[in-house]
Amino acid sequence: MNEIMKNRMLYLIFAIILILPFVLQDVNFQHITIMFLIFAGLGEGWNIITGFTGQTSFGHAAFFGIGAYTSTIMFYKFGISPWIGMILGALFAAGISAVVSYPCFRLKGHYFAIATLAVAEIIKQLFVSWDYVEGATGISIPVKPDSFWMMQFHKSKIPYFLIAYVLFIVATLVAVAVEKNKMGYYLKAIRESHEAAEALGINTTRYKLYAMMISSAVTAVFGTLYAQYILYIDPFMVFGLDISMKIVLLTVLGGLGSVYGPIIGAAILIPLSEYTRVFLGGTGKGIDLMIYGALIVIVACFEPRGVLGLFRRTKKRGAQYAKTTA
Amino acid sequence: MPRPLLEVQNLTMKFGSLVANDDVSFVVNEGEIVSLIGPNGAGKTTLFNCISGFYKPFSGKVIFDGKDITGKSTHQITSMGLTRTFQIVKPLKDMTVKENVLTGAFLHANSKREAENLTDQVLRMTHLWDKKDMLAGSLTIADKKRLEVARMLATKPKMIMLDEAMAGLNKTEIKEAMELCVNLNKNGMTLLIVEHVMEAIMPISNRVVVLNAGRKIAEGSPQQIINNEEVIKAYLGERYYAKSRQINGGI
Repeated sequence: MNEIMKNRMLYLIFAIILILPFVLQDVNFQHITIMFLIFAGLGEGWNIITGFTGQTSFGHAAFFGIGAYTSTIMFYKFGISPWIGMILGALFAAGISAVVSYPCFRLKGHYFAIATLAVAEIIKQLFVSWDYVEGATGISIPVKPDSFWMMQFHKSKIPYFLIAYVLFIVATLVAVAVEKNKMGYYLKAIRESHEAAEALGINTTRYKLYAMMISSAVTAVFGTLYAQYILYIDPFMVFGLDISMKIVLLTVLGGLGSVYGPIIGAAILIPLSEYTRVFLGGTGKGIDLMIYGALIVIVACFEPRGVLGLFRRTKKRGAQYAKTTA
Repeated sequence: MPRPLLEVQNLTMKFGSLVANDDVSFVVNEGEIVSLIGPNGAGKTTLFNCISGFYKPFSGKVIFDGKDITGKSTHQITSMGLTRTFQIVKPLKDMTVKENVLTGAFLHANSKREAENLTDQVLRMTHLWDKKDMLAGSLTIADKKRLEVARMLATKPKMIMLDEAMAGLNKTEIKEAMELCVNLNKNGMTLLIVEHVMEAIMPISNRVVVLNAGRKIAEGSPQQIINNEEVIKAYLGERYYAKSRQINGGI
């Protein structure tokens, strides 16, 4: 019963998000909803490896960038549809994440986090000095007439919104599917205690690898969408620490290890960052990050489980109050 | 003729120059309760870690169910039917009691439903049913230890190894734990128990293996062990010696 209720909540959230850009037909607002969906989806992906499995990754920009670059290069050089690039990008990201994280999984805790950070930087530097992909200059995606197959829409943002919406739902449902099944229990066991997980017959390395691969594939898919939406990519933009950190911050703010966490976090942080940029313009560069930082400090100090933890706490208090008065 | 289920052959474990286990050999037969005793630092937990795959022994062999499991990883050993609890309990804190057990139950279950059925069965057997929705982190120490056992039982083992499952429990809790061990044994489970609480394990053990400073110094029935001089000297001796001095001093 409880499980059905929980899922119902999720469907309600899906429905509300779908209505938003049609109710408020402001282009800027539509842009924000698209960014919200992209980052909520990225958070869902990141949550699988860090929230569920407890392996902190500060390098998810690497997979985001691989997704963006795979589709962009295929489109730019060979004219292949970004949809195919998206799938290939996801596969690439999964493959690369497996190769890269297999040795890194020998590291525990902070050291794993540092290693992921280093890997992302290495991949960024590789792309900066790689002439075939235009190096640091980046690639402007050739503009084509509106078409679903080429994933380009210039007349309205609604098609982008719908694609982002579908991908976000897929990412969320992937996270739900992982969480509710054997794999989710195994990943959480690994998070709670490596030794206990092993003693329960869990092949910890294999499951961490699965989690990493799913997580990076989801991340890469949004990389492709982002590239097609912005129509320009360079290594600093898609491989930057900004992206990695944004994913981390919004998930932590919302609630780590819960499917709702990234949605709540993105709903707070993305409008915040986009609107501060709009209102403060060039002078306010970075101010959104200052507010981010302050929020994270507050969350870390008072409620490490994020906004979701806050909800749960008030709910629990309410229940206790009801008990004492009854 | 009883069939040996676990055979430890000449197992030696070194940490640098420190020899934690020195040429230890013993056998646990199918259906037996064997306890492993010894003073602090005798190498009991190290031996457990070697058997369960957390450490790779320096030399020697561990054979379980006719297969050499020396140096195999822990999850492989658990899948083969040999599993353990931890002296320092490791509950999956942020998961409920039921989820903890369910995680173990997935090992040999083909579907979530099957795993859930097994979980319910184990929870009732270990008297954790009433607490199934509590977070594992919020349990009392006795229940956490019980949960360790429950989680382990959910993996459908042939043999379980308990590492000080009764330490820190009160008399009633110890009695419950003993009953659980005996019941499991009646249902065909083989047990290897590391324990300090002598009054708890002496009555239920078929055989006792005594370690001291990494070496096996005695093996036999509880009766034999209690009367074994070397054991008294190495293990019980200090306490008895101290006691007798106290008495003499009092006079």
